[in-house]
Amino acid sequence: MRWGTIYTGLILAFLVFLYAPTLLLPVFAFNDSSIVSFPLRGFTWNWFTMLWQTEALHVAARNSFLIALTTAILSTALGILAARAGARYRFPLQRPILGFIMLPMVLPEIIVGVSLLVVIVQLGFELSLWTIVLGHVLICTPFCIAILNSAFQGLDRSLEEAAYDLGESRLRTFWRVTIPLVMPGIISSMLIAFTISLDEFIIAFFLAGTEPTLPVYIWGQLRFPARLPSLMALGTILLVVSLLLLGIAEYFRRRGARRTGQTTSGGLI
Amino acid sequence: MPDTTINPANNAEVAQAAPGEEPIIQLSQIDKFYGDYQALTDVSADIAPGEFFSLLGPSGCGKTTLLRTIAGFEDVSAGTVTIAGRDMAGVPANRRPTNMVFQSYAIFPHMTVAENVAFGLVARRMDKAQIAPKVDAALTQVGLGGYGGRASHALSGGQRQRVALARALVLQPQVLLLDEPLSALDKKLREQMQGELRSLQREVGITFILVTHDQEEALTMSDRIAVMFEGRIAQLAAPQVLYRRPVNRQVADFIGVMNFLETTVNPAGNGYELDIAGLGRVEIPAEQAPGGRGDLVGVRPELLTILGDTDDAARVAEGAVAELSYYGDMTYYGVRLDGMAAPVTISMRNAAGMLERRVGDRVRVGWSPESVLLLR
Amino acid sequence: MNWRRSEAAQGLALISPTFFYALLLLAAPLAMVVALSFWTQDYLTLNRTPTLNNYAEAVSEEIYRTLLARSVGLAMIVTAATVIVAFPVAYYISFRVPQARKPVWIFLITIPFWTSYLMRIFLWKVILGYNGVINGSLLELGVIETPLTWILYNQNAVVLTLAHAWVPFAVLPIFVALEKIDRSLLEAAEDLGEPPWRRFLRVTLPLAMPGVVAAVIIVFIPTIGDYVTPRLVGGPNGLMISNMIELQFKKANNAPLGAALAIIAMILVTAVALIFVWLNRKYLRQPS
Repeated sequence: MRWGTIYTGLILAFLVFLYAPTLLLPVFAFNDSSIVSFPLRGFTWNWFTMLWQTEALHVAARNSFLIALTTAILSTALGILAARAGARYRFPLQRPILGFIMLPMVLPEIIVGVSLLVVIVQLGFELSLWTIVLGHVLICTPFCIAILNSAFQGLDRSLEEAAYDLGESRLRTFWRVTIPLVMPGIISSMLIAFTISLDEFIIAFFLAGTEPTLPVYIWGQLRFPARLPSLMALGTILLVVSLLLLGIAEYFRRRGARRTGQTTSGGLI
Repeated sequence: MPDTTINPANNAEVAQAAPGEEPIIQLSQIDKFYGDYQALTDVSADIAPGEFFSLLGPSGCGKTTLLRTIAGFEDVSAGTVTIAGRDMAGVPANRRPTNMVFQSYAIFPHMTVAENVAFGLVARRMDKAQIAPKVDAALTQVGLGGYGGRASHALSGGQRQRVALARALVLQPQVLLLDEPLSALDKKLREQMQGELRSLQREVGITFILVTHDQEEALTMSDRIAVMFEGRIAQLAAPQVLYRRPVNRQVADFIGVMNFLETTVNPAGNGYELDIAGLGRVEIPAEQAPGGRGDLVGVRPELLTILGDTDDAARVAEGAVAELSYYGDMTYYGVRLDGMAAPVTISMRNAAGMLERRVGDRVRVGWSPESVLLLR
Repeated sequence: MNWRRSEAAQGLALISPTFFYALLLLAAPLAMVVALSFWTQDYLTLNRTPTLNNYAEAVSEEIYRTLLARSVGLAMIVTAATVIVAFPVAYYISFRVPQARKPVWIFLITIPFWTSYLMRIFLWKVILGYNGVINGSLLELGVIETPLTWILYNQNAVVLTLAHAWVPFAVLPIFVALEKIDRSLLEAAEDLGEPPWRRFLRVTLPLAMPGVVAAVIIVFIPTIGDYVTPRLVGGPNGLMISNMIELQFKKANNAPLGAALAIIAMILVTAVALIFVWLNRKYLRQPS
């Protein structure tokens, strides 16, 4: 089994390669040196306290949070409509329409950013946080649909028929049976959209007016070497937040899968 | 040998609704199209109050579609569905006096057993105080007393079915529709549930309409059965009539085992004179040709007998045992009658002291003119 | 009002908000970009006379040709590198990791992807830089005496960084395709006397091809559109077309030229994606 050992070794080397940058984040976040390089100088919380004192960062963080929250709600709402329509109904041009809605998934983000910028400028609107939300909803909706699709498709159609047969109206059937059963999918869709929006840079960079989002703020700070260690601290916080959100999303996805009797293997994407 | 004569008067009782009583369901000349595909063709039937009625047929015969048009999940393309004297055109499923037990049972996984049973009562905006005793009574009725607090995803297949029954019965529908309710259960449980369903139906007195592809299930449970092929009702009759007097070879073949034999047919008096390949000449009354003048003879395996050395029968043919399958209580013989290529199937109850036959043995086969059917 | 009546109308009504949103914010803007690419701009005034000048300029000017060619070339290298790395990883997880542990492995592969996008790229600068992790370690070990300069601010760094960024995205579709392969097919091939490597070439690889094609498309598209990586680790010779598009739209104030470049980039992306889908269909007869 020599080949097997070598193979396993290569895979482990790959994991090291994969994790190298991520692992460096906390390392430099706690490194007591204003230069982001080796050798390490000792442990400090300084960079985190510095974040605490940077007013501009707080503004950017609040902007990003609001954008991500709005995006999560809007794109999940649009996703519910599309996923429900796709899973439950047959209608003319179904595939082209769904394909078109999913298009932003396979479109370079710079194209999305540029085209939205052109329209907004041509129509004479001001760039603002709202314009970023417009772009983010556009790119998050396909991801929401992908997640919600499996939730709606895993739903046994006879459950809704049973509710209707037992005397409920259509609307209340949706409310009493459909929504509770796809709730895990809705929650994980919102969390995914939130996470994508929070981290999105290219579109935000094109559509941001005077108010920056967190990634736009980070991009601006990358030019100043003195700010780098605190950015490492910020990156560490963002990583922890992302993983937390993803963990919650995965938990709900699995719970949903268990309820509708699907297998729970497979990842989020 | 079982009695092969049939008294038509005995069956008439079961076969039609009691005179003067209004049918609870009237299906009248129903057609159903999906695009160009015709799922139902000219389906008509009257179903009596309190009747246990089955729709039997192979998959794709339209039986589930018919059930769903009664439930209100499908429109009819032509014809009418009348329930309790009311034309159901335009009445949606949630306002019909029918309730359904789904093939998958459709137990709401996010609700407890009691919440499932209470679902329809909540939909009717009933008081909580009134709901609880009704739910308890319904659960007790199906043998699930005390299960109300259980989480529904932890139930076994049989329990799910009982919950589905209780959930429908608690609404006191005029008709209960059951879509293959036993097909998901294993054989033992299925047989037990057949008996329970039947006695439950007698107890509540509601009309049950059962969809099934299992002929044995239909025969043991139903007052009447509609056998369906390719969107049409081929025969609608009581189980005994279906078995003994199938109207054509398709029905005869679908229900039970039937030997088919070539024959010549000549009208003779009130009936026909036949010269059956392997059996010989016989005259039968018109009653033994339920579908009119056919061209093929059908004989049930249990109506042929392998005679002992001293036995005698009305008619005797000779042949050799070509194959046999032993089932414990029964043995199925394949006997090649002299001058015939294909063997006929003969089932024999294994009694004490009975002679064991082997492949190749010469045997005498006894039969009677009453056991012969002329089929279209 | 029947349960299934006018199913088509209900479905269309239900999907229309999402559809109109995409129409309004994707189709209309894209149409606008196309229109813009045929116009010209002089400082702040827009000349709406249709002209092919922007395209002529994009094709004839050395700098744009170079950037376009480089973008496609780099994207192909990145895609090839990513898929070549991703395949053995996906194969390992699918064939060597016990069933129960597979979800954990997949999760493990995707975690780094959720590090902040900008941070992830920037950290490669830290690793590859003059005082970076690699140079520091090599100096410490005495392998080199002066820091290596060829590892950052060039195309190699762009390829490495982007390949690292997209590897999780490439592993997943290949893994899914491999998982779908009926293991009894492989046993049958073995039973028929095929040696392992021929079994791999004749059974496993063709059946995994839809996953590979998906991986190629997933990696190629965002690579063409990326402009952060070239800016941060590419150096002057590592810049790509997206950087130029951004420049035209923002600082150079020549949106029509930027639009033309964006359209050309999009056409290239679409063409490459279609070629791969077509190749997949034609030679492997697999529904993609």
